[in-house]
Amino acid sequence: MSTITMTPGRLLRWKPQVDGRGLLTTTVKLVALPAAGILVFLLLWSAGARNIDTSLGQFPGPLAVGEQFGALYTEHQRSREKEVAFYERQRERNARRVAEDPGYEPKIRDYTGKETFIDQIGTSLVTVMSGFLLAAMIAIPLGIAIGLSPGLNAACNPIIQVFKPVSPLAWLPLVTMVVSALYATPDPVIAKSFINSMITVTLCCLWPMVINTAVGVASIDRDLVNVSRVLRLPPLQHVRRIVLPASVPMIFTGMRLSLGVAWMVLIAAEMLAQNPGLGKFVWDEFQNGSSDSLARIMAAVIVIGFIGFLLDRSMLQLQRFFSWDKGTATH
Amino acid sequence: MSVLLDISQVGMEFPTNDGPFTALRDVNLKIRKGEFVSLIGHSGCGKSTVLNIVAGLHRATSGGVILDGREVTDPGPERAVVFQNHSLLPWLTAYENVELAVRQVFGKTRGKAEQREWIEHNLKLVHMEHAMQKRPGEISGGMKQRVGIARALAMQPKVLLMDEPFGALDALTRAHMQDSLMEIQAELNNTVIMITHDVDEAVLLSDRIVMMTNGPAATIGEVLEVDLERPRHRLELAGDPRYNRLRARVLKFLHERHGGSPRNDSTSKTSTTRAAADEPAVHEAEGVESAA
Repeated sequence: MSTITMTPGRLLRWKPQVDGRGLLTTTVKLVALPAAGILVFLLLWSAGARNIDTSLGQFPGPLAVGEQFGALYTEHQRSREKEVAFYERQRERNARRVAEDPGYEPKIRDYTGKETFIDQIGTSLVTVMSGFLLAAMIAIPLGIAIGLSPGLNAACNPIIQVFKPVSPLAWLPLVTMVVSALYATPDPVIAKSFINSMITVTLCCLWPMVINTAVGVASIDRDLVNVSRVLRLPPLQHVRRIVLPASVPMIFTGMRLSLGVAWMVLIAAEMLAQNPGLGKFVWDEFQNGSSDSLARIMAAVIVIGFIGFLLDRSMLQLQRFFSWDKGTATH
Repeated sequence: MSVLLDISQVGMEFPTNDGPFTALRDVNLKIRKGEFVSLIGHSGCGKSTVLNIVAGLHRATSGGVILDGREVTDPGPERAVVFQNHSLLPWLTAYENVELAVRQVFGKTRGKAEQREWIEHNLKLVHMEHAMQKRPGEISGGMKQRVGIARALAMQPKVLLMDEPFGALDALTRAHMQDSLMEIQAELNNTVIMITHDVDEAVLLSDRIVMMTNGPAATIGEVLEVDLERPRHRLELAGDPRYNRLRARVLKFLHERHGGSPRNDSTSKTSTTRAAADEPAVHEAEGVESAA
């Protein structure tokens, strides 16, 4: 309606604001400003690095770190080639021995080369996801039960409140000893260091998820609960049809918080538990103390940050997909 | 006609820090099959408590409710409730919201196709067939309330309980909804108890208007028969002296006789304030003024 009363002149002047300047503003915001931010950071970094001399040489600037990214990747490829060659040799040798002596039982030995950086990223991701999923399997049902029952809430609340602020690393020595005592097989399928790191991750994931789930369940709209009562939904149906969907936004908030904390804790846990992941990589490089070590650690730092960011984004995507309440699924 | 619902000697006390607070006392009401009864009264007078007791969501501390020869002890689909703020499950579509109720009530007695037909039939009844696959977040307040009504009707309740069903809607939408409800009522002839704040709504829709005194210890003050023939049309009624007389009667009650007994007013002013705390302050102010 208002466009009819507008003069053509005003319309002409008004339009480019949206199409031209609006687009320009968006481009500046989305591309140019972040790029400028990164550029300034890189400049400050390289300027700062040049002025810091450590016992392992000069602090690495962006270029040195970039080089190490390349080197780490080449090492990985070389290691893969070695592995392939190892299995190839083993296969040939076995074939030869079987040809000479048909009764010979061929022995298959695993390749025991050092984990490369990329293998270690994989280990870290597997560890964090296992710990996280284990925590979710415990925390979500427990949170629902606590949210539904004020009695259980009163019973569990002091324990949760006391254990929540404990750094999971404080648990690590205890976890290590308990795992050693209980998981005492001579030929473990899963490495103890992996289990130690995983359980430490689980312990730190547990609390945010339990608390958020319980709060989500306890704060369901009374009217929705009344709908369920009028319909006489049986308890399991009540949980499945009303409680669970209603608290999905809060459950996901708890899961995102947990995963963020888990990834931070994991690196430290791996350093201490010697689980072959990114934390161990950082620790080994630090112990190694070559002139490249600092640059390699810095490369790991960037990768750790980037993976943490990706984990958070994937959780957000999951939340968007599963949650009916799109309002809660923003940054 | 026979009595379908018998509310007898119902009283309600809530425990508070200063001892029990009597919200309701001696509420007696008999409702016939097919009757449309409105409960009207000031905020905090216990209308919703009466409805919740009939629904089985609250237990009366004294007296009881008998529906069709059986005492009401817990909530159930034969006493479907239309809540004030629609209470649709936000993660389900309109169709799925009704489906949840239909599956729960008729899941064992009706086949899949028959259930689908019944869900669609009820959504058509409230004129929502065009938005069956929409979620509550995507439709207007009036439409949500329509779906809420469809869900309640789909349970084929013996009594339909409506807690200020149109209270949150704007005046035009509310008028639309009232017309729709009259249409549905003409077709199905349900037994309905509706809580309302709106005098016109009460006179237009009801066979009887039950006027409640103010709490604490609220009870039924007066019952007014609305003997206007159906179908009723709001525009024609606006000039009808009988309509205006009925309307005036309800208004008069609400403005003069709402105070209950003087004893209650002088001793329990704080309780009144607390009970009405969640409602607009206007009513509270009115109450104090006329009591003085």
